[in-house]
Amino acid sequence: MSALRILVPVKRVIDYAVKPRVNKAQTGVETAGVKHSMNPFDELSVEESVRIREKKRAPGGVEDICVFSAGPPKAQDVLRTAMAMGADRAIHVDVKEGEDLEPLTVAKLLKAAAEQQKSNLVILGKQSIDDDANQTGQMLAGLLGWPQATQASNVEFGEGDTVSVTREVDGGVETVRAKLPLIITTDLRLNEPRYASLPNIMKAKKKPLEKKTLADFGISAEKRLKVLKVTEPPARQGGGKVEDVDGLISKLKELGAI
Amino acid sequence: MSGRPQLAPVLRRLRLARTARATPTSLSRQAALQQSLARPARCFSNSRSQCFQKTPAVAAGQAKFTSETYPDIKRDARFAQLTEDHVAYFRGLLGSESAVLDGVTNSNAADDIEPFNTDWMRKYRGHCQLVLKPGSTDEVSKILKYCNDNMLAVVPQGGNTGLVGGSVPVFDEIVINMSRMNQILEFDEVSGTLVAEAGCILEVADQFLASKGYIFPLDLGAKGSCHIGGNVSTNAGGLRLLRYGSLHGTVLGIEAVLADGTVVDDLCKLRKNNTGYDLKQLFIGAEGTIGIITKVSIQCPQRSPAQNVAFFGLESFDQVQLAFREAKGQLSEILSAFELMDEGSQALVRQVTGNKSPLEGQYPFYCLIETSGSNADHDSEKLGAFLEDVMEKGIVVDGTLAQDETQIKSLWAWREGITEALSHLGGTYKYDVSIPLKELYQLVEDTRARVDAAGLLGDTDDFPVRAVVGYGHMGDANLHLNVSTRRMDPRVEKVLEPFIYEWIAERQGSISAEHGLGVMKKKFIGYSRNPTMVGLMKNIKTTFDPNGILNPYKYL
Repeated sequence: MSALRILVPVKRVIDYAVKPRVNKAQTGVETAGVKHSMNPFDELSVEESVRIREKKRAPGGVEDICVFSAGPPKAQDVLRTAMAMGADRAIHVDVKEGEDLEPLTVAKLLKAAAEQQKSNLVILGKQSIDDDANQTGQMLAGLLGWPQATQASNVEFGEGDTVSVTREVDGGVETVRAKLPLIITTDLRLNEPRYASLPNIMKAKKKPLEKKTLADFGISAEKRLKVLKVTEPPARQGGGKVEDVDGLISKLKELGAI
Repeated sequence: MSGRPQLAPVLRRLRLARTARATPTSLSRQAALQQSLARPARCFSNSRSQCFQKTPAVAAGQAKFTSETYPDIKRDARFAQLTEDHVAYFRGLLGSESAVLDGVTNSNAADDIEPFNTDWMRKYRGHCQLVLKPGSTDEVSKILKYCNDNMLAVVPQGGNTGLVGGSVPVFDEIVINMSRMNQILEFDEVSGTLVAEAGCILEVADQFLASKGYIFPLDLGAKGSCHIGGNVSTNAGGLRLLRYGSLHGTVLGIEAVLADGTVVDDLCKLRKNNTGYDLKQLFIGAEGTIGIITKVSIQCPQRSPAQNVAFFGLESFDQVQLAFREAKGQLSEILSAFELMDEGSQALVRQVTGNKSPLEGQYPFYCLIETSGSNADHDSEKLGAFLEDVMEKGIVVDGTLAQDETQIKSLWAWREGITEALSHLGGTYKYDVSIPLKELYQLVEDTRARVDAAGLLGDTDDFPVRAVVGYGHMGDANLHLNVSTRRMDPRVEKVLEPFIYEWIAERQGSISAEHGLGVMKKKFIGYSRNPTMVGLMKNIKTTFDPNGILNPYKYL
């Protein structure tokens, strides 16, 4: 069996624990001064790649784990985090702040990257928690002409380059099998990402991080979609408190409920 | 920030479940997943009262009456017995039905009164039959005047989250619960001065301040239930003391009612006020023995936009001290917490929560460092350099640095979850002490050796003591020594007391660093305060409360 060369795309997004706020111009959410971190689904992909190597699950072994991110210079922070978790090296494609790439552009970029890096397995988060598109993995599989196993909750390697992936679907699980090269997108139950340890955080600072531009991959950031308006969902009407049973009864009467 | 309630992986899973909410696939499955994942997280809320209600297994059966646990405390015969006339007066005064819980004339009210009679750990239980919930300072004043004239004893009560039985009655004292006085009255966005009523819940105040870009200078595990009036009355310490100092410094003024109904209006909003005796300081930490605090004005610092948390394992207490010195030196102004935990305490958290430790290996000691500052890049650069340095010098063996907000919360849960993990396992003897840093952990080792030598400590059910653990606020030389037991056994207490108090007195330590004295440490005040000091305290008490109706049978 051929050795695995895993490509793990990761995205820097607004931290899951931060409540996003719509900007004044209603063109998007406020990102300045807001805490960012790695997309939680991408953490699962990094963790899974590292586990495949550590647990020696692939018969041909893991030759390379390369993390890949397109975004502003700060995206290098999440690449370092991924390397602290166990990835070997990183590629950062510089994209200006605010110049977000659409899923199709990202898929084209990843196609070029997968070919250039001679990857035979791409593990992606099934979606990023900022735009929730859930499209990139599928588009990438289409562009490359590779098989895809989305929403993976378990990944097993068999003889002759085969990979069995358990997917979470409506009403249960579905197990699919395909041969490498392959696209896998990750779902919640796949694993529980680790904490990066201090020694590994330090080692990660010395791991190679290549800086590239979109032009290096022959891609331009064209927009096919136009955002018309971004608004917050309507605020929930707060409940009221009553002092006692009499208060409750008079309130209900007031509302005409009794 | 809504606190750091949940414990690590539970939250991590929950977080992922929540991120999945927007997924286009299979809504029903996600709903089921959220439900199943949300369930275990719930019981690890950090609000004490919540945990209390949702995990009834914690305290099987009723608590013993304090009067039975401490048979040498006798009811003071000077105090009058409650009569129907008294109740009728209070009803007339407070008007609304919900403000008076009356067990004197209504025998069905016992269940309603029980929560006010018992503390959250169910260690102390009184015989109170009347709970009053005043809604204004004026009502507090009228209640106290009436009680003083009729020789009725009272216990002021906030969120009832105390650890020493100070907020529950011993005999039939009337409980004056402050929960209806819960308004935030005023906030100055320029100076950061907050004025609020005593019954305002700490977390509510903190969230209000967060929306203004400020922070309450006090943070503690019980923030979801405790009242700021109670915090001031007990001079609570907590997690932010290292950074923002004690309440003696941050409280600018208070309004309190004395035993005879006199309203002491010292609601100063200024930082500087050198005009005679600073009497408000007497109320801070008095545990309700000289007056009832009704309003508080407090200086709130600016909330730091950038926070980082590191968690690491160390081989010895000497190295913990070295790490603390390095942290102070290198992180100086951004260091906001330095917490210590021993392996014993972390093993109990692992056992109760089933969570995986943030570090691969196990170490005798763990430290949690938090930094707060105004510039995230500056802070992480400093913290990074510090971590590299302590790793290279071999002070720290292993560690991790929170990579996102969720990891910050889950790392904190390893420290904040200890109290709760202990309460799930059975009774705990808790000692909250302050000792010179050099010998801070020696107390845990000496106590463990002593319990072991008495043949009480072991891994099986034959031994009454499960573990002797230590953790606490290293930055404030404040240690929490906890002895986790499987069952009540009088031998355990004999081994622990007065040994621990004598040990502390020998080193000029404090037998109560931040929890107060209450009923629990009534007998032991002499180990930390000499007779002259106790005598002066008694004089002050008599001046403010000549009839002694305020929180009797407690430390004075």
